[in-house]
Amino acid sequence: MAALHVQGLKKAFGGLPAINDVTLEVAEGERRLIIGPNGAGKTTLFNLVTGDLFAEGGVIRLFDEDVTRLASHRRAHRGLARTYQIITLFPRDTLEHNIALALLGLTKARWDAFRGFSKHFYDDAKEVLARVGLDHLAQRPIAELAYGEKRRVEIAMALAQKPRVLLLDEPLAGLSREERASVKQLIAAIPRDTTVVMIEHDMDTALDMAERITVLHYGRVIVEGTRAEVVADPKTREVYLGH
Amino acid sequence: MVLPAGSLVLLALVPLLLGEYYVNLASQILIFAVFAASINLLLGYGGLPTLGHAAYLGVSAYLSALVALKLGLGHAFAAPLALLGTTLMAGLFGLIALRATGLGFLMLTLALSQVLWGTALRWVSMTDGDNGLRGMTRPFGLDAAAPFYYFVLLVTAVSIWLMARYVASPLGAALKGTRDQPRRMGALGHHVWMVRWVTFVYAGFWGGVSGLLFVYYHKYIHPVSLSLANSAEGLLAVIAGGSGTLAGPLVGAAIVMLLKNYVSAYIERWNMLLGFVFVFIVIFMPEGVVPGVKRLWRRFTSRG
Repeated sequence: MAALHVQGLKKAFGGLPAINDVTLEVAEGERRLIIGPNGAGKTTLFNLVTGDLFAEGGVIRLFDEDVTRLASHRRAHRGLARTYQIITLFPRDTLEHNIALALLGLTKARWDAFRGFSKHFYDDAKEVLARVGLDHLAQRPIAELAYGEKRRVEIAMALAQKPRVLLLDEPLAGLSREERASVKQLIAAIPRDTTVVMIEHDMDTALDMAERITVLHYGRVIVEGTRAEVVADPKTREVYLGH
Repeated sequence: MVLPAGSLVLLALVPLLLGEYYVNLASQILIFAVFAASINLLLGYGGLPTLGHAAYLGVSAYLSALVALKLGLGHAFAAPLALLGTTLMAGLFGLIALRATGLGFLMLTLALSQVLWGTALRWVSMTDGDNGLRGMTRPFGLDAAAPFYYFVLLVTAVSIWLMARYVASPLGAALKGTRDQPRRMGALGHHVWMVRWVTFVYAGFWGGVSGLLFVYYHKYIHPVSLSLANSAEGLLAVIAGGSGTLAGPLVGAAIVMLLKNYVSAYIERWNMLLGFVFVFIVIFMPEGVVPGVKRLWRRFTSRG
C-alpha cells in the first residue's frame, strides 16, 4: 500500500497549468525528493496534497483513502503534516506555545472553551523542542529567533504531530552550510514509520537525502527513479543546465 | 490577579463615594464595556472586524421588551428568551458572515445589522418605529441608581470573567492561531471555520447580555441601538482601548462613554472632541491606550 498516491492531478491558475497530469506513488517509509526549477509546480503540488488548494482533476490517496475533496484539517487528522517554504509560525507566541498549538490540533481538547490550557501540552512541547535542540529557548517569542532557528521550529511543529506522511517544503532554503548540515541530521533522524516527501530546488544540496527522486518541470513529471537513474538521465541535465 | 480584584473593589466603592449622576454614568460605562468586550472577541482575538455587532445588543433588548410588553411575561421568561433568540440569530448570521473574512466579513456584518435596523424602524405595529418601545421595568425592582449599579457590576464581572476564560482556553488559543496563521492552523488539524463560528455565536450571546442590561438601564429601546453608529462606537472603544487585550475594551468603553455623556454637557460639539481624542490615540498609541500606556510606562521607568 502506498502512503501517498497521486493520480492524474491537475491544477491551473488563470488558465496556466501549474500541475499538469501528475502521477506519483510514494511507498510507506520512503524518503522521496521532488526537485525542479523555480515555477515547476512543487509547492502547488504540496498545497494540493494538504488541501490548501483543491485539484481540478485527478485523485489524491493517503493510505488508500481518497482525500481529494477533504478539508486540510481532516487530512491532518489522517496523519498528514507539512512545513512551509515561507516561514509560517505564530510570531508573537513563544516557541513552546507554537508547538503546543500543533499538539492541540489533533486532540479533543482543542474544543475546550472553559478549562485552562493544560500544562502537559507545554511539557510535551518542551520534549519536542529538545529533539530539535531548541528547548533552551522554549519561553522566547518566535519573533526573537534567528532565521535558522525558525526553520527548525517549522520542522518541530510538524514532527510534534507524529505524522505518518510528512511534507517538507524546502527545509534547507536560506540556511548557512553549518545550519544545513544540522537540519539534514534532524531530517535523517525522523523515524521510519514516517514517510517523508521533500521539495528542494537546488539539486546538489538534498540529493543524498533521498531514496527516490522525482523531477518536476512545468507542472509535469519529467524523470523519476533512484538517485543514480535520475542523475544519469539526460532530461534532468536539460532541465537544470538548459539546452 | 491583583489588578482585576483591585479594580473590582474600586468599582464597588463608586456608589459610596460619588453621587447618583456618576453612579448612573458608571452603570452605562459597564454596560458598554460588556458590549465592547464581546466585539473584542471577534476583532481582537479572532481578527474578524465586525461592523454589525449592535444587532445583538439591539435584538436582545427588543426581544426582552416585546416579550414583556406584548406577551406580558416577567423578566424570568423575557431574559432567557431574549438571550436564546439572540444566540440563535448569531448562529444564523455567522453562517452568512463567515463566508468571508476581512473586509468582506465587515460588509456582511454591516449589511445584516442594517436589515434589522430597517426592520425596527419600519415595522411600526411591532416596534412602534421611530418612537421606540417604552414602559419596561427593571428586574428585582432595582429602580434606585446604587442597587442597579451593583447588579450591573455583578453581571459585568461575570461576563468579563467568562470571556477571559474563553480567551485563555485551548479554544481561545486556537482562535488566536486562526487570526495569525489560518492556513497553518488548518494544516495542524484545527477546524478554522468552526473555531470562528463558535466564537461568533459566543460573541453574539454576550452582545445579547449587554443588550439586556442596556434595556434595563434605559427602560426604553429605540432603533438607534441597532444602528451602524452604535456598532461603530463599540468598535472604536475596542480599538481605542486596545484590541486583543482584556482591559482594552473596558478602558475604551470608559473613554467613549465619558466623552459622550459627561463632556457633552460642557462642550456642545463633543463629537469633534471624540474625533480629536481618537486621532490622538491613533497617532501616539496606535495599539490602543492599554498597551500604549504600558509601553510608555516601561520606557519611563527604565529611564529613571
